[in-house]
Amino acid sequence: MSRVLEVVGLSKRFGGITAVDGVSFHVDEGEILGVIGPNGCGKSTTFNCILGQLAPTAGEVRLDGRVVSGLRPPELNRLGVSRTFQLLQVFPQLSVRENLILAGQEHRGGMLSRLFGRPDAGLGPAADRMIGFFKLDHLADSPAGELSYGQQKLLDAAMAFMAGPRLTLLDEPAGGVNPTMLTDLKDRLRAMNREQGATFVVIEHNMDFIMSLCSRVIVMAQGKVLADGAPDEIRVNPAVIEAYLGH
Amino acid sequence: MTRVERLVASAGGVAIIAALTIGPLSLGRYGLFILSQWAVMSIAAIGLNLTLGYAGQVSLAQGAFVGVGAYAAAIMTTHGLPLSLAVVVAMGLAFAVGWLLGYPALRVQHHYLAFVTLAFSTLAFLVFRNEEWLTGGVYGISDVPRPSLLGFSTAKPLPFYYLCLFVLAVVTIAFRGMTRSPWGRAFVALRENPLRAASLGVDTRRYTLMAFAIGSALGGLAGALYAPLTQFVDPTPFTLTLSLDLLLMVIVGGAGSFFGPYLGAMVAVLLPEWLRVAESYYLIAYAAMVMLLLVYSPTGLMGIVERRQRERSARVASARRAAAKATLADGVGR
Repeated sequence: MSRVLEVVGLSKRFGGITAVDGVSFHVDEGEILGVIGPNGCGKSTTFNCILGQLAPTAGEVRLDGRVVSGLRPPELNRLGVSRTFQLLQVFPQLSVRENLILAGQEHRGGMLSRLFGRPDAGLGPAADRMIGFFKLDHLADSPAGELSYGQQKLLDAAMAFMAGPRLTLLDEPAGGVNPTMLTDLKDRLRAMNREQGATFVVIEHNMDFIMSLCSRVIVMAQGKVLADGAPDEIRVNPAVIEAYLGH
Repeated sequence: MTRVERLVASAGGVAIIAALTIGPLSLGRYGLFILSQWAVMSIAAIGLNLTLGYAGQVSLAQGAFVGVGAYAAAIMTTHGLPLSLAVVVAMGLAFAVGWLLGYPALRVQHHYLAFVTLAFSTLAFLVFRNEEWLTGGVYGISDVPRPSLLGFSTAKPLPFYYLCLFVLAVVTIAFRGMTRSPWGRAFVALRENPLRAASLGVDTRRYTLMAFAIGSALGGLAGALYAPLTQFVDPTPFTLTLSLDLLLMVIVGGAGSFFGPYLGAMVAVLLPEWLRVAESYYLIAYAAMVMLLLVYSPTGLMGIVERRQRERSARVASARRAAAKATLADGVGR
Protein backbone atom coordinates (compact mmCIF):
# COMPACT_ATOMS: atom_id res chain seq x y z
CA MET A 1 0.00 0.00 0.00
CA SER A 2 1.58 3.27 -1.02
CA ARG A 3 1.57 6.49 0.89
CA VAL A 4 -0.51 9.11 -0.95
CA LEU A 5 -0.24 12.08 1.39
CA GLU A 6 2.33 12.88 4.01
CA VAL A 7 2.11 15.95 6.21
CA VAL A 8 5.24 16.65 8.25
CA GLY A 9 5.48 19.21 11.04
CA LEU A 10 2.91 21.52 9.46
CA SER A 11 2.39 24.86 11.25
CA LYS A 12 0.38 27.93 10.40
CA ARG A 13 0.49 31.15 12.40
CA PHE A 14 -1.78 34.15 11.86
CA GLY A 15 0.04 36.97 13.65
CA GLY A 16 0.27 35.82 17.27
CA ILE A 17 -2.21 32.98 16.89
CA THR A 18 -0.97 29.51 16.08
CA ALA A 19 -3.84 27.81 14.26
CA VAL A 20 -1.90 24.69 13.30
CA ASP A 21 0.97 23.64 15.49
CA GLY A 22 3.36 21.00 14.14
CA VAL A 23 0.79 18.61 12.68
CA SER A 24 2.07 15.36 11.15
CA PHE A 25 -0.01 12.57 9.66
CA HIS A 26 -0.22 10.46 6.54
CA VAL A 27 -2.86 8.94 4.27
CA ASP A 28 -2.37 5.59 2.52
CA GLU A 29 -3.87 4.59 -0.77
CA GLY A 30 -7.45 3.38 -0.49
CA GLU A 31 -7.90 4.75 3.01
CA ILE A 32 -10.75 6.85 4.34
CA LEU A 33 -9.23 9.02 7.02
CA GLY A 34 -11.50 11.00 9.32
CA VAL A 35 -10.42 14.24 10.96
CA ILE A 36 -12.39 15.34 14.00
CA GLY A 37 -11.95 17.95 16.68
CA PRO A 38 -13.72 20.89 18.31
CA ASN A 39 -14.44 24.09 16.35
CA GLY A 40 -11.35 26.20 15.82
CA CYS A 41 -8.92 23.33 16.41
CA GLY A 42 -7.26 23.90 13.01
CA LYS A 43 -8.90 21.24 10.85
CA SER A 44 -9.89 23.52 7.99
CA THR A 45 -6.66 25.51 8.23
CA THR A 46 -4.74 22.23 7.86
CA PHE A 47 -6.84 21.45 4.78
CA ASN A 48 -6.19 24.88 3.34
CA CYS A 49 -2.43 24.51 3.86
CA ILE A 50 -2.42 21.09 2.18
CA LEU A 51 -4.41 22.50 -0.75
CA GLY A 52 -2.26 25.58 -1.38
CA GLN A 53 -5.01 27.96 -0.33
CA LEU A 54 -2.78 29.12 2.52
CA ALA A 55 1.02 29.08 2.69
CA PRO A 56 2.18 27.09 5.74
CA THR A 57 4.49 28.89 8.18
CA ALA A 58 6.53 25.72 8.61
CA GLY A 59 6.46 22.07 7.61
CA GLU A 60 6.03 20.13 4.44
CA VAL A 61 3.28 18.47 2.42
CA ARG A 62 4.17 15.53 0.17
CA LEU A 63 1.96 13.99 -2.46
CA ASP A 64 3.17 10.56 -3.56
CA GLY A 65 6.54 11.44 -2.10
CA ARG A 66 6.85 14.71 -4.00
CA VAL A 67 6.95 17.99 -2.04
CA VAL A 68 3.94 20.05 -3.11
CA SER A 69 3.95 22.84 -0.53
CA GLY A 70 3.90 26.20 -2.33
CA LEU A 71 1.88 25.07 -5.35
CA ARG A 72 -1.29 27.01 -6.20
CA PRO A 73 -4.74 25.36 -5.89
CA PRO A 74 -5.31 24.78 -9.63
CA GLU A 75 -1.87 23.19 -9.98
CA LEU A 76 -2.47 20.92 -7.00
CA ASN A 77 -5.85 19.99 -8.37
CA ARG A 78 -4.32 19.00 -11.67
CA LEU A 79 -1.80 16.83 -9.76
CA GLY A 80 -4.77 14.90 -8.40
CA VAL A 81 -5.87 16.56 -5.15
CA SER A 82 -9.51 17.55 -5.17
CA ARG A 83 -11.72 18.94 -2.44
CA THR A 84 -15.10 20.15 -1.35
CA PHE A 85 -15.63 23.19 0.85
CA GLN A 86 -17.32 23.49 4.21
CA LEU A 87 -19.96 25.72 2.66
CA LEU A 88 -21.71 24.30 -0.32
CA GLN A 89 -20.06 25.33 -3.56
CA VAL A 90 -21.70 24.30 -6.80
CA PHE A 91 -22.29 26.67 -9.72
CA PRO A 92 -26.03 27.43 -9.49
CA GLN A 93 -26.46 28.73 -13.05
CA LEU A 94 -24.83 25.76 -14.73
CA SER A 95 -26.74 22.51 -15.09
CA VAL A 96 -25.76 19.42 -13.09
CA ARG A 97 -24.02 17.98 -16.15
CA GLU A 98 -22.21 21.28 -16.87
CA ASN A 99 -20.99 21.43 -13.28
CA LEU A 100 -19.49 17.97 -13.65
CA ILE A 101 -17.92 18.72 -17.03
CA LEU A 102 -16.40 21.88 -15.57
CA ALA A 103 -14.94 19.80 -12.74
CA GLY A 104 -13.09 17.60 -15.24
CA GLN A 105 -12.36 19.78 -18.26
CA GLU A 106 -9.19 21.47 -17.01
CA HIS A 107 -7.52 18.09 -16.63
CA ARG A 108 -7.69 17.45 -20.36
CA GLY A 109 -5.59 18.92 -23.17
CA GLY A 110 -4.29 22.47 -23.38
CA MET A 111 -6.03 25.83 -23.44
CA LEU A 112 -6.34 25.79 -27.24
CA SER A 113 -7.82 22.31 -27.47
CA ARG A 114 -10.39 23.41 -24.88
CA LEU A 115 -11.30 26.40 -27.06
CA PHE A 116 -11.49 24.61 -30.40
CA GLY A 117 -12.30 21.07 -29.26
CA ARG A 118 -15.67 19.63 -28.35
CA PRO A 119 -18.00 21.73 -26.20
CA ASP A 120 -18.19 18.97 -23.58
CA ALA A 121 -14.40 18.40 -23.75
CA GLY A 122 -15.22 14.73 -24.41
CA LEU A 123 -16.50 14.43 -20.84
CA GLY A 124 -20.23 14.06 -21.57
CA PRO A 125 -20.29 10.25 -21.10
CA ALA A 126 -18.11 10.42 -17.97
CA ALA A 127 -20.38 13.14 -16.53
CA ASP A 128 -23.44 11.00 -17.24
CA ARG A 129 -21.85 8.00 -15.53
CA MET A 130 -21.10 10.14 -12.49
CA ILE A 131 -24.69 11.44 -12.53
CA GLY A 132 -25.90 7.83 -12.58
CA PHE A 133 -23.50 6.82 -9.81
CA PHE A 134 -24.78 9.60 -7.54
CA LYS A 135 -28.38 8.92 -8.60
CA LEU A 136 -29.08 12.38 -9.98
CA ASP A 137 -30.29 11.14 -13.39
CA HIS A 138 -33.61 12.98 -13.40
CA LEU A 139 -31.82 16.25 -12.61
CA ALA A 140 -29.01 16.10 -15.19
CA ASP A 141 -30.20 19.13 -17.15
CA SER A 142 -31.56 21.19 -14.25
CA PRO A 143 -29.61 24.23 -13.12
CA ALA A 144 -27.72 23.19 -9.98
CA GLY A 145 -29.35 26.09 -8.12
CA GLU A 146 -32.74 24.37 -8.40
CA LEU A 147 -31.63 21.23 -6.55
CA SER A 148 -32.43 20.63 -2.89
CA TYR A 149 -29.63 21.23 -0.39
CA GLY A 150 -28.89 17.53 0.02
CA GLN A 151 -28.84 16.97 -3.75
CA GLN A 152 -26.43 19.87 -4.13
CA LYS A 153 -24.18 18.27 -1.50
CA LEU A 154 -24.20 15.06 -3.54
CA LEU A 155 -23.31 17.04 -6.67
CA ASP A 156 -20.57 18.87 -4.77
CA ALA A 157 -19.03 15.52 -3.79
CA ALA A 158 -19.50 14.11 -7.30
CA MET A 159 -17.62 17.11 -8.73
CA ALA A 160 -14.67 16.33 -6.48
CA PHE A 161 -14.41 12.86 -8.06
CA MET A 162 -14.91 13.91 -11.66
CA ALA A 163 -11.24 14.11 -12.58
CA GLY A 164 -10.38 10.76 -10.97
CA PRO A 165 -8.26 12.28 -8.19
CA ARG A 166 -5.47 10.57 -6.21
CA LEU A 167 -6.83 12.11 -3.03
CA THR A 168 -10.05 13.89 -2.11
CA LEU A 169 -10.47 16.16 0.89
CA LEU A 170 -14.08 16.54 1.99
CA ASP A 171 -14.76 19.38 4.43
CA GLU A 172 -17.97 18.58 6.36
CA PRO A 173 -19.81 16.74 3.59
CA ALA A 174 -22.66 15.83 5.95
CA GLY A 175 -23.31 19.34 7.32
CA GLY A 176 -26.98 20.27 6.98
CA VAL A 177 -27.89 17.11 5.08
CA ASN A 178 -31.05 15.26 6.17
CA PRO A 179 -30.72 11.66 7.51
CA THR A 180 -32.02 9.91 4.37
CA MET A 181 -29.71 11.90 2.13
CA LEU A 182 -26.90 11.22 4.58
CA THR A 183 -27.30 7.47 4.16
CA ASP A 184 -27.18 7.97 0.39
CA LEU A 185 -24.07 10.10 0.67
CA LYS A 186 -22.28 7.62 2.92
CA ASP A 187 -23.30 4.76 0.68
CA ARG A 188 -21.95 6.55 -2.41
CA LEU A 189 -18.68 7.55 -0.74
CA ARG A 190 -18.16 3.94 0.40
CA ALA A 191 -18.89 2.66 -3.10
CA MET A 192 -16.46 5.21 -4.52
CA ASN A 193 -13.81 3.88 -2.13
CA ARG A 194 -14.54 0.21 -2.70
CA GLU A 195 -15.19 0.18 -6.44
CA GLN A 196 -12.81 2.86 -7.64
CA GLY A 197 -10.19 2.76 -4.89
CA ALA A 198 -10.71 6.44 -4.09
CA THR A 199 -8.74 7.78 -1.13
CA PHE A 200 -10.37 10.38 1.14
CA VAL A 201 -9.75 12.62 4.05
CA VAL A 202 -13.02 13.68 5.67
CA ILE A 203 -13.54 16.47 8.20
CA GLU A 204 -16.83 15.99 10.01
CA HIS A 205 -18.66 16.72 13.25
CA ASN A 206 -21.26 14.03 12.77
CA MET A 207 -19.75 11.20 14.87
CA ASP A 208 -21.97 8.40 13.58
CA PHE A 209 -21.15 9.40 10.03
CA ILE A 210 -17.41 9.53 10.57
CA MET A 211 -17.09 6.47 12.82
CA SER A 212 -19.02 4.28 10.40
CA LEU A 213 -17.36 5.65 7.26
CA CYS A 214 -13.67 5.90 8.16
CA SER A 215 -11.02 3.25 8.52
CA ARG A 216 -8.84 5.53 10.65
CA VAL A 217 -9.51 8.73 12.54
CA ILE A 218 -7.25 11.51 13.76
CA VAL A 219 -8.36 13.87 16.49
CA MET A 220 -7.15 17.47 16.54
CA ALA A 221 -7.28 19.90 19.45
CA GLN A 222 -5.72 23.34 19.73
CA GLY A 223 -3.77 22.97 16.51
CA LYS A 224 -2.18 19.64 17.44
CA VAL A 225 -2.87 15.99 16.68
CA LEU A 226 -4.24 14.49 19.88
CA ALA A 227 -4.82 10.93 18.75
CA ASP A 228 -4.54 8.79 15.62
CA GLY A 229 -6.13 5.35 15.36
CA ALA A 230 -9.03 3.11 14.39
CA PRO A 231 -12.53 4.43 15.23
CA ASP A 232 -12.93 1.96 18.10
CA GLU A 233 -9.67 3.05 19.72
CA ILE A 234 -10.57 6.72 19.34
CA ARG A 235 -13.95 6.22 20.98
CA VAL A 236 -12.38 4.95 24.20
CA ASN A 237 -9.27 7.17 24.25
CA PRO A 238 -9.44 9.15 27.54
CA ALA A 239 -7.70 12.24 26.14
CA VAL A 240 -10.16 12.40 23.24
CA ILE A 241 -13.15 11.97 25.52
CA GLU A 242 -11.81 14.78 27.70
CA ALA A 243 -11.13 17.19 24.82
CA TYR A 244 -13.93 16.49 22.46
CA LEU A 245 -16.34 13.61 22.77
CA GLY A 246 -17.42 14.29 26.35
CA HIS A 247 -18.36 11.74 28.99
CA MET B 1 -36.19 24.32 -25.31
CA THR B 2 -39.12 22.54 -26.88
CA ARG B 3 -39.37 22.04 -30.64
CA VAL B 4 -41.93 24.83 -31.01
CA GLU B 5 -39.74 27.26 -29.09
CA ARG B 6 -36.74 26.29 -31.19
CA LEU B 7 -38.80 26.88 -34.34
CA VAL B 8 -39.94 30.30 -33.09
CA ALA B 9 -36.36 31.19 -32.16
CA SER B 10 -34.97 30.22 -35.59
CA ALA B 11 -37.83 32.05 -37.35
CA GLY B 12 -37.05 35.13 -35.26
CA GLY B 13 -33.37 34.82 -36.12
CA VAL B 14 -34.11 34.61 -39.84
CA ALA B 15 -36.43 37.64 -39.59
CA ILE B 16 -33.77 39.71 -37.81
CA ILE B 17 -31.07 38.77 -40.32
CA ALA B 18 -33.45 39.58 -43.21
CA ALA B 19 -34.39 42.92 -41.65
CA LEU B 20 -30.73 43.82 -41.13
CA THR B 21 -29.85 42.81 -44.70
CA ILE B 22 -32.83 44.05 -46.74
CA GLY B 23 -34.18 46.84 -44.55
CA PRO B 24 -31.27 49.25 -45.01
CA LEU B 25 -31.67 49.22 -48.83
CA SER B 26 -34.24 51.99 -48.40
CA LEU B 27 -32.24 53.94 -45.85
CA GLY B 28 -30.45 57.18 -46.60
CA ARG B 29 -26.84 58.05 -45.93
CA TYR B 30 -27.48 59.05 -42.32
CA GLY B 31 -29.58 56.01 -41.46
CA LEU B 32 -26.87 53.75 -42.83
CA PHE B 33 -24.25 55.59 -40.79
CA ILE B 34 -26.26 55.04 -37.62
CA LEU B 35 -26.80 51.36 -38.39
CA SER B 36 -23.11 50.86 -39.17
CA GLN B 37 -22.29 52.58 -35.90
CA TRP B 38 -24.65 50.14 -34.14
CA ALA B 39 -22.81 47.18 -35.67
CA VAL B 40 -19.40 48.59 -34.69
CA MET B 41 -20.47 49.43 -31.14
CA SER B 42 -22.08 46.01 -30.78
CA ILE B 43 -18.69 44.41 -31.46
CA ALA B 44 -17.01 46.55 -28.79
CA ALA B 45 -19.86 45.81 -26.36
CA ILE B 46 -19.60 42.05 -27.02
CA GLY B 47 -15.94 42.33 -26.02
CA LEU B 48 -16.78 44.17 -22.82
CA ASN B 49 -19.57 41.69 -22.12
CA LEU B 50 -16.96 38.93 -22.11
CA THR B 51 -14.74 40.79 -19.64
CA LEU B 52 -17.52 42.11 -17.44
CA GLY B 53 -20.57 39.93 -17.99
CA TYR B 54 -18.98 36.50 -18.34
CA ALA B 55 -15.73 36.78 -16.39
CA GLY B 56 -16.95 39.42 -13.92
CA GLN B 57 -14.05 41.89 -14.28
CA VAL B 58 -15.03 45.57 -14.28
CA SER B 59 -13.32 47.57 -17.01
CA LEU B 60 -13.58 51.27 -17.74
CA ALA B 61 -11.09 51.06 -20.57
CA GLN B 62 -13.04 49.52 -23.45
CA GLY B 63 -13.38 52.95 -25.12
CA ALA B 64 -9.60 53.31 -25.02
CA PHE B 65 -9.21 49.97 -26.82
CA VAL B 66 -11.63 51.15 -29.51
CA GLY B 67 -9.33 54.18 -29.76
CA VAL B 68 -6.22 52.01 -30.03
CA GLY B 69 -7.87 50.06 -32.87
CA ALA B 70 -9.12 53.21 -34.60
CA TYR B 71 -5.70 54.88 -34.55
CA ALA B 72 -3.93 51.70 -35.67
CA ALA B 73 -6.32 51.43 -38.62
CA ALA B 74 -6.22 55.15 -39.46
CA ILE B 75 -2.42 55.35 -39.36
CA MET B 76 -1.89 52.20 -41.38
CA THR B 77 -4.54 52.73 -44.05
CA THR B 78 -3.56 56.38 -44.65
CA HIS B 79 -0.07 55.04 -45.32
CA GLY B 80 -1.40 52.78 -48.02
CA LEU B 81 -1.55 49.54 -46.05
CA PRO B 82 -4.65 47.35 -46.43
CA LEU B 83 -7.40 47.44 -43.79
CA SER B 84 -7.23 43.64 -43.37
CA LEU B 85 -3.64 43.98 -42.14
CA ALA B 86 -4.68 46.94 -39.97
CA VAL B 87 -7.40 44.79 -38.38
CA VAL B 88 -4.85 42.12 -37.48
CA VAL B 89 -2.49 44.73 -35.99
CA ALA B 90 -5.32 46.55 -34.15
CA MET B 91 -6.60 43.32 -32.61
CA GLY B 92 -3.11 42.07 -31.81
CA LEU B 93 -2.15 45.35 -30.16
CA ALA B 94 -5.37 45.55 -28.15
CA PHE B 95 -4.97 41.88 -27.16
CA ALA B 96 -1.43 42.48 -25.88
CA VAL B 97 -2.30 45.68 -24.01
CA GLY B 98 -5.49 44.07 -22.66
CA TRP B 99 -3.46 41.12 -21.39
CA LEU B 100 -1.13 43.49 -19.53
CA LEU B 101 -4.08 45.45 -18.15
CA GLY B 102 -5.44 42.14 -16.86
CA TYR B 103 -2.56 41.77 -14.40
CA PRO B 104 -3.97 44.31 -11.92
CA ALA B 105 -7.22 42.32 -12.05
CA LEU B 106 -5.36 39.40 -10.49
CA ARG B 107 -4.77 41.53 -7.42
CA VAL B 108 -7.64 44.00 -7.20
CA GLN B 109 -11.35 43.58 -7.84
CA HIS B 110 -14.52 45.59 -8.41
CA HIS B 111 -14.23 49.35 -8.03
CA TYR B 112 -10.49 49.20 -7.37
CA LEU B 113 -10.09 47.46 -10.67
CA ALA B 114 -12.36 50.08 -12.22
CA PHE B 115 -9.92 52.77 -11.06
CA VAL B 116 -6.93 50.97 -12.55
CA THR B 117 -8.68 50.69 -15.90
CA LEU B 118 -9.80 54.31 -15.58
CA ALA B 119 -6.16 55.34 -15.27
CA PHE B 120 -5.34 53.40 -18.41
CA SER B 121 -8.23 55.06 -20.22
CA THR B 122 -6.88 58.51 -19.32
CA LEU B 123 -3.36 57.51 -20.29
CA ALA B 124 -4.52 56.31 -23.71
CA PHE B 125 -6.38 59.59 -24.30
CA LEU B 126 -3.25 61.58 -23.43
CA VAL B 127 -1.21 59.52 -25.89
CA PHE B 128 -3.81 60.10 -28.65
CA ARG B 129 -3.80 63.85 -27.99
CA ASN B 130 -0.14 64.55 -27.25
CA GLU B 131 1.87 62.24 -29.51
CA GLU B 132 1.34 64.46 -32.55
CA TRP B 133 4.04 62.79 -34.65
CA LEU B 134 1.99 59.60 -34.59
CA THR B 135 -1.64 60.56 -34.07
CA GLY B 136 -1.85 64.07 -35.46
CA GLY B 137 -2.75 65.37 -32.00
CA VAL B 138 -5.98 67.36 -31.71
CA TYR B 139 -6.15 67.75 -35.52
CA GLY B 140 -6.50 64.00 -35.83
CA ILE B 141 -6.14 61.94 -38.98
CA SER B 142 -8.50 62.75 -41.83
CA ASP B 143 -9.35 61.03 -45.12
CA VAL B 144 -9.19 57.54 -43.69
CA PRO B 145 -9.98 55.42 -46.76
CA ARG B 146 -12.61 52.69 -46.89
CA PRO B 147 -11.33 49.39 -48.21
CA SER B 148 -11.95 47.53 -51.45
CA LEU B 149 -12.78 43.87 -51.04
CA LEU B 150 -12.37 41.45 -53.94
CA GLY B 151 -12.55 44.40 -56.32
CA PHE B 152 -15.68 45.89 -54.73
CA SER B 153 -15.27 49.31 -53.22
CA THR B 154 -16.95 49.91 -49.86
CA ALA B 155 -16.57 53.68 -50.17
CA LYS B 156 -20.36 54.17 -50.39
CA PRO B 157 -22.42 53.88 -47.18
CA LEU B 158 -24.39 50.75 -48.16
CA PRO B 159 -21.45 48.47 -49.01
CA PHE B 160 -19.58 49.68 -45.95
CA TYR B 161 -22.61 48.89 -43.80
CA TYR B 162 -22.63 45.36 -45.22
CA LEU B 163 -18.94 45.04 -44.35
CA CYS B 164 -19.69 46.05 -40.73
CA LEU B 165 -22.63 43.65 -40.62
CA PHE B 166 -20.48 40.85 -42.01
CA VAL B 167 -17.80 41.40 -39.38
CA LEU B 168 -20.47 41.51 -36.67
CA ALA B 169 -21.83 38.18 -37.97
CA VAL B 170 -18.36 36.60 -37.85
CA VAL B 171 -17.81 37.93 -34.31
CA THR B 172 -21.23 36.59 -33.29
CA ILE B 173 -20.51 33.09 -34.56
CA ALA B 174 -17.02 33.01 -33.03
CA PHE B 175 -18.27 34.33 -29.70
CA ARG B 176 -21.10 31.79 -29.67
CA GLY B 177 -18.55 29.05 -30.21
CA MET B 178 -16.39 30.33 -27.37
CA THR B 179 -19.18 30.70 -24.82
CA ARG B 180 -20.29 27.13 -25.54
CA SER B 181 -16.77 25.72 -25.29
CA PRO B 182 -15.12 24.76 -21.98
CA TRP B 183 -13.81 28.33 -21.95
CA GLY B 184 -17.32 29.74 -21.60
CA ARG B 185 -17.92 27.41 -18.65
CA ALA B 186 -14.61 28.42 -17.08
CA PHE B 187 -15.44 32.14 -17.48
CA VAL B 188 -18.80 31.69 -15.76
CA ALA B 189 -17.09 29.70 -12.97
CA LEU B 190 -14.58 32.51 -12.59
CA ARG B 191 -17.36 35.07 -12.17
CA GLU B 192 -19.52 32.97 -9.84
CA ASN B 193 -16.92 31.52 -7.51
CA PRO B 194 -13.20 31.91 -8.31
CA LEU B 195 -12.13 29.97 -5.21
CA ARG B 196 -14.14 26.89 -6.11
CA ALA B 197 -13.12 27.22 -9.77
CA ALA B 198 -9.43 27.15 -8.76
CA SER B 199 -10.02 24.08 -6.61
CA LEU B 200 -11.38 22.32 -9.71
CA GLY B 201 -8.19 23.04 -11.64
CA VAL B 202 -9.44 26.14 -13.46
CA ASP B 203 -6.39 28.35 -13.90
CA THR B 204 -8.17 31.50 -12.79
CA ARG B 205 -5.17 33.73 -13.57
CA ARG B 206 -4.90 32.63 -17.13
CA TYR B 207 -8.65 32.84 -17.76
CA THR B 208 -8.83 36.32 -16.20
CA LEU B 209 -6.05 37.55 -18.46
CA MET B 210 -7.72 35.86 -21.45
CA ALA B 211 -11.05 37.53 -20.68
CA PHE B 212 -9.35 40.91 -20.62
CA ALA B 213 -7.24 40.27 -23.70
CA ILE B 214 -10.01 38.87 -25.90
CA GLY B 215 -12.51 41.52 -24.74
CA SER B 216 -9.94 44.21 -25.53
CA ALA B 217 -9.13 42.67 -28.91
CA LEU B 218 -12.81 42.95 -29.86
CA GLY B 219 -12.62 46.62 -28.80
CA GLY B 220 -9.63 46.97 -31.12
CA LEU B 221 -11.56 45.32 -33.95
CA ALA B 222 -14.48 47.72 -33.42
CA GLY B 223 -12.01 50.61 -33.57
CA ALA B 224 -10.49 49.33 -36.80
CA LEU B 225 -13.99 49.56 -38.36
CA TYR B 226 -14.80 52.84 -36.65
CA ALA B 227 -11.93 54.67 -38.37
CA PRO B 228 -13.05 53.95 -41.96
CA LEU B 229 -16.70 54.46 -40.91
CA THR B 230 -16.20 58.06 -39.76
CA GLN B 231 -13.16 58.48 -42.09
CA PHE B 232 -11.75 60.84 -39.50
CA VAL B 233 -10.08 59.98 -36.20
CA ASP B 234 -9.32 62.46 -33.44
CA PRO B 235 -8.99 61.98 -29.64
CA THR B 236 -12.43 63.30 -28.59
CA PRO B 237 -14.55 60.17 -29.26
CA PHE B 238 -12.22 58.02 -27.15
CA THR B 239 -12.48 59.75 -23.81
CA LEU B 240 -13.87 58.07 -20.73
CA THR B 241 -17.36 58.86 -22.06
CA LEU B 242 -17.08 56.12 -24.68
CA SER B 243 -15.98 53.59 -22.05
CA LEU B 244 -18.95 54.57 -19.89
CA ASP B 245 -21.28 54.37 -22.92
CA LEU B 246 -20.03 50.85 -23.64
CA LEU B 247 -20.48 49.90 -20.00
CA LEU B 248 -24.03 51.25 -20.20
CA MET B 249 -24.69 49.20 -23.36
CA VAL B 250 -23.59 46.00 -21.64
CA ILE B 251 -25.59 46.69 -18.47
CA VAL B 252 -28.72 47.98 -20.20
CA GLY B 253 -28.65 45.03 -22.58
CA GLY B 254 -28.01 42.55 -19.78
CA ALA B 255 -24.49 41.71 -18.60
CA GLY B 256 -23.55 38.10 -19.12
CA SER B 257 -26.35 37.46 -21.58
CA PHE B 258 -25.47 36.57 -25.16
CA PHE B 259 -27.84 38.99 -26.93
CA GLY B 260 -27.50 41.79 -24.36
CA PRO B 261 -24.78 43.81 -26.13
CA TYR B 262 -26.74 43.96 -29.41
CA LEU B 263 -29.80 45.38 -27.63
CA GLY B 264 -27.71 47.64 -25.42
CA ALA B 265 -25.85 49.06 -28.43
CA MET B 266 -29.17 49.61 -30.16
CA VAL B 267 -30.50 51.57 -27.19
CA ALA B 268 -27.31 53.61 -26.85
CA VAL B 269 -26.97 54.38 -30.57
CA LEU B 270 -30.59 54.69 -31.72
CA LEU B 271 -32.39 56.10 -28.71
CA PRO B 272 -30.53 59.44 -28.76
CA GLU B 273 -31.53 59.72 -32.44
CA TRP B 274 -35.20 59.06 -31.73
CA LEU B 275 -35.12 61.45 -28.80
CA ARG B 276 -33.85 64.28 -30.96
CA VAL B 277 -37.40 65.69 -31.01
CA ALA B 278 -36.92 66.39 -27.29
CA GLU B 279 -34.03 68.64 -28.33
CA SER B 280 -31.99 69.84 -25.38
CA TYR B 281 -34.00 67.68 -22.97
CA TYR B 282 -32.94 64.52 -24.74
CA LEU B 283 -30.12 63.67 -22.34
CA ILE B 284 -32.47 64.04 -19.37
CA ALA B 285 -35.08 61.86 -21.05
CA TYR B 286 -32.43 59.30 -21.98
CA ALA B 287 -31.05 59.20 -18.44
CA ALA B 288 -34.55 58.87 -16.97
CA MET B 289 -35.39 55.96 -19.28
CA VAL B 290 -32.18 54.11 -18.44
CA MET B 291 -32.77 54.58 -14.71
CA LEU B 292 -36.36 53.38 -14.96
CA LEU B 293 -35.24 50.33 -16.90
CA LEU B 294 -32.61 49.41 -14.32
CA VAL B 295 -35.06 49.85 -11.45
CA TYR B 296 -37.60 47.68 -13.24
CA SER B 297 -35.08 45.12 -14.40
CA PRO B 298 -31.58 45.23 -12.87
CA THR B 299 -30.53 42.49 -15.29
CA GLY B 300 -31.21 44.73 -18.29
CA LEU B 301 -33.39 44.23 -21.34
CA MET B 302 -32.50 40.56 -21.68
CA GLY B 303 -33.55 40.19 -18.04
CA ILE B 304 -37.08 41.25 -19.02
CA VAL B 305 -37.11 38.76 -21.89
CA GLU B 306 -35.93 35.95 -19.62
CA ARG B 307 -38.47 36.84 -16.93
CA ARG B 308 -41.27 36.62 -19.52
CA GLN B 309 -40.02 33.22 -20.66
CA ARG B 310 -39.84 31.93 -17.10
CA GLU B 311 -43.35 33.18 -16.33
CA ARG B 312 -44.70 31.53 -19.45
CA SER B 313 -43.06 28.17 -18.78
CA ALA B 314 -44.30 28.33 -15.16
CA ARG B 315 -47.84 28.98 -16.46
CA VAL B 316 -47.56 26.08 -18.90
CA ALA B 317 -46.28 23.80 -16.14
CA SER B 318 -49.08 24.74 -13.72
CA ALA B 319 -51.68 24.30 -16.45
CA ARG B 320 -50.24 20.85 -17.11
CA ARG B 321 -50.35 20.01 -13.40
CA ALA B 322 -53.98 21.19 -13.19
CA ALA B 323 -54.89 19.08 -16.22
CA ALA B 324 -53.18 16.03 -14.73
CA LYS B 325 -55.01 16.55 -11.44
CA ALA B 326 -58.34 16.88 -13.28
CA THR B 327 -57.77 13.62 -15.17
CA LEU B 328 -56.81 11.92 -11.92
CA ALA B 329 -59.93 13.23 -10.12
CA ASP B 330 -61.97 12.17 -13.13
CA GLY B 331 -60.56 8.64 -12.93
CA VAL B 332 -61.23 8.47 -9.19
CA GLY B 333 -64.78 9.81 -9.66
CA ARG B 334 -65.56 7.04 -12.10
